Amino acid sequence: MKINFSKIIIFSFVVFLISVFWMGLKNNNNYNTKNLTGSEISSFKLPSIYNGDIISDETLKQNQFTLINFFASWCAPCRLEHKYLIKLANHNKDIKILGINFKDKKKNVINFLNELDDPYDYVVEDQDGKTSILFGIYGIPETILINKELIIIKKIVGPIDKKQFEEILNFIQ
Amino acid sequence: MLSNIGSTLIFCILSLSILIIYNSYVDIKIKNQLIKKSIYNLSLLQTTATVMSFFTLVAGFIFSDFSIVNVYENSHSDKPLFYKVAGTWGNHEGSLLLWINILVLFSYLFLIYNLKHNKKFRLYTLIFQNFLIIGFVIFLLLNSNPFSLIYPVPSEGLGLNPILQDPALAIHPPLLYVGFVGCSIYFSAAIGSMLSEYNGKRFALSIKPWVQISWVFQTLGITVGSIWAYYELGWGGFWFWDPVENASLLPWFAISALMHSVMVLEKRNTLYEWVIILCLLTFILSVMGTFLVRSGILNSVHTFASDPSRGLYILIFLSLMIFTSLIIFFKKRKKDEYNFNPNSKETFILANNWFMIFFLVTVLIGTLYPIFLDVLTNIKVSVGPPFYNIVIIPFVIPFLLLMAIGPQISWINSKKNYLLKTIYILGGALVINLFLFYFFGSYGFYSNLILIIATFLILHLIIDVKKSLKKKFEYPRIVSHLGFGFLVFFIGINYQHSVETDFNLRVGETQKLNNYEIFFENIKIEKNKNYKSVIGDFKIIDLKKNYVQYLSPEIRIYAKPETLTYEAAIKSRINSDLYLTMSNISRSDFYNIKFQNKPFMIWIWISALMIALGGVLQLMLKKNEN
Repeated sequence: MKINFSKIIIFSFVVFLISVFWMGLKNNNNYNTKNLTGSEISSFKLPSIYNGDIISDETLKQNQFTLINFFASWCAPCRLEHKYLIKLANHNKDIKILGINFKDKKKNVINFLNELDDPYDYVVEDQDGKTSILFGIYGIPETILINKELIIIKKIVGPIDKKQFEEILNFIQ
Repeated sequence: MLSNIGSTLIFCILSLSILIIYNSYVDIKIKNQLIKKSIYNLSLLQTTATVMSFFTLVAGFIFSDFSIVNVYENSHSDKPLFYKVAGTWGNHEGSLLLWINILVLFSYLFLIYNLKHNKKFRLYTLIFQNFLIIGFVIFLLLNSNPFSLIYPVPSEGLGLNPILQDPALAIHPPLLYVGFVGCSIYFSAAIGSMLSEYNGKRFALSIKPWVQISWVFQTLGITVGSIWAYYELGWGGFWFWDPVENASLLPWFAISALMHSVMVLEKRNTLYEWVIILCLLTFILSVMGTFLVRSGILNSVHTFASDPSRGLYILIFLSLMIFTSLIIFFKKRKKDEYNFNPNSKETFILANNWFMIFFLVTVLIGTLYPIFLDVLTNIKVSVGPPFYNIVIIPFVIPFLLLMAIGPQISWINSKKNYLLKTIYILGGALVINLFLFYFFGSYGFYSNLILIIATFLILHLIIDVKKSLKKKFEYPRIVSHLGFGFLVFFIGINYQHSVETDFNLRVGETQKLNNYEIFFENIKIEKNKNYKSVIGDFKIIDLKKNYVQYLSPEIRIYAKPETLTYEAAIKSRINSDLYLTMSNISRSDFYNIKFQNKPFMIWIWISALMIALGGVLQLMLKKNEN
């Protein structure tokens, strides 16, 4: 039987292409915020913006609840949600807030926090944004609420509003 | 109520498709040349049901029927009527319904406007088009039903994504859909042609107008999308090689190649196999683009429409389409044997096709490579403008040369010698280039070369206009090619001479830049129907020309959903665009200002529209001939 190489090459290429797309879809859960709820956060290690101390997922295991907030000084909607973060920080001892500063300049972040007050228990920097991508972040601001076991309880895309703020309070009470 | 009507109509479309397939299959076996009347009636009924289902959804949006989830999620009662209507397709579910409308409409129109063609060919085309319709209707019903209900009925909707509340974006999806989904008809026709062995010139004649229609709409859709990104997203340019932009460009390259090679099939009755490949490829690339954009596999401005579960369905559908068409193609292929004279129009068209495919492959690699790398090695990269500029620009130069010379050459074997004329025109282009050099000052090697060749093409076409005054059939080609020549020319100048800078400014302060003085006069707050805006008043003084211009960029605060958008203030002038955006700096009096002066921006849009206009002229001439 005559082997037709062009056919084999074309079919193999198509199979390869479709397989990559399929694997891409599976990987792609990073971008699907709904699917993330109930799963454990990825392990990470990021330096504190103030002193360079490393904060990792291990650090968060000490907290009853942790709210991980992705923000940047250049992001306007981040300012809208800031008041809720401050309320949370002032009124609740059970929750710690981790601010992951996304693709930003250290000087600008410090100015930002000096101006608006700093609600964060830890502020770390993710300069190239790669760790944030691991968390499934595709826009700023986004917020993830996790428990002691590092399981995601809630994920908020966009700025926290009053309703979501109350939902967070309900979760931690 | 509306939801029930809509859902019933969707089931009608599905049932009618099954009936059409069954009846067509039975009718193929009957040996006469007339298609049964019942098939026409079923198709008409299907078209009516489809259009009605779409208008039912439009009514849901107009009357703010929040019992429909889709209306609740994408509209609210305060929204202006225009955006309520545009909201119908400003979301995944509604746009899929629009997609089905176009599939059905093209299916019916192809059936009734191809009466002169072979019965078997038309019926096979109808069958395959209805397979596509069934595939998308099932997708709609299982995963993306625009008529799903919500209980209890909310009193107010969430609102349309503010960046979509823009006139250009309201028309961008429908245009692009007619362009991309319109390709489905010659995908089906290509399979129909192979199965019925209705090939060669007759096949070319049957698909040519449909290729032209979808090409015109694709060109317009891409241009309007690009204009929207410029005005609305504040990207400040005409093309960014964003993966989503690329996804729309891929089928455009294939369809442009197809539009040219179908002429060879019509005139010389050759390249049939190649035309079939392009017919199949164009629609496959359109569906692949939809997959990339809707599955969320790419991260871009269209992420609002993405969802991996949708992606899986589109991927299954895409795989079925590719494998079916490949199997039929390899079983039924008819190898072309052609021996073109190097100095003939068909050789030049073939060369054009190879360039188009080269551009297509380059953009495809640039778009897919980051996905491949991410999936296979977990490394995240993005491919940006430098890659495309390095790979594509050198090839644009011979491409433009061929574009200028090709149309001068006759079919089969051209006896004329164009060398002398070419040298004269090239000389003219060089002289014009010297003037440009004098006017703008120095510029880069590549830009210089691109400008010379673009001028060469434009001059060629201007001479053609003079020669072809009485040959109406030449007008469309001249207009489209002239549009392309101008497009490359203005992009070249724009690329080389744009001024771009950003700085911080407070009310009452002035910033000096080269020839410009920018004075931040005032700031005011206005309340609009569905948003509040912070408007900055700026006075721009051109010190060189002693010319004053006022610009007022905005920061819009939308209530539903709560979002901030930055509206650029753009003053489009004949020779350049002044572009100003402002964004607030937290708890400070300063605003961050981005100022740009972009030469000939408006001419880039006009050139792109001219390319599409050529296609419109072609269709009008065709209509007059008939």
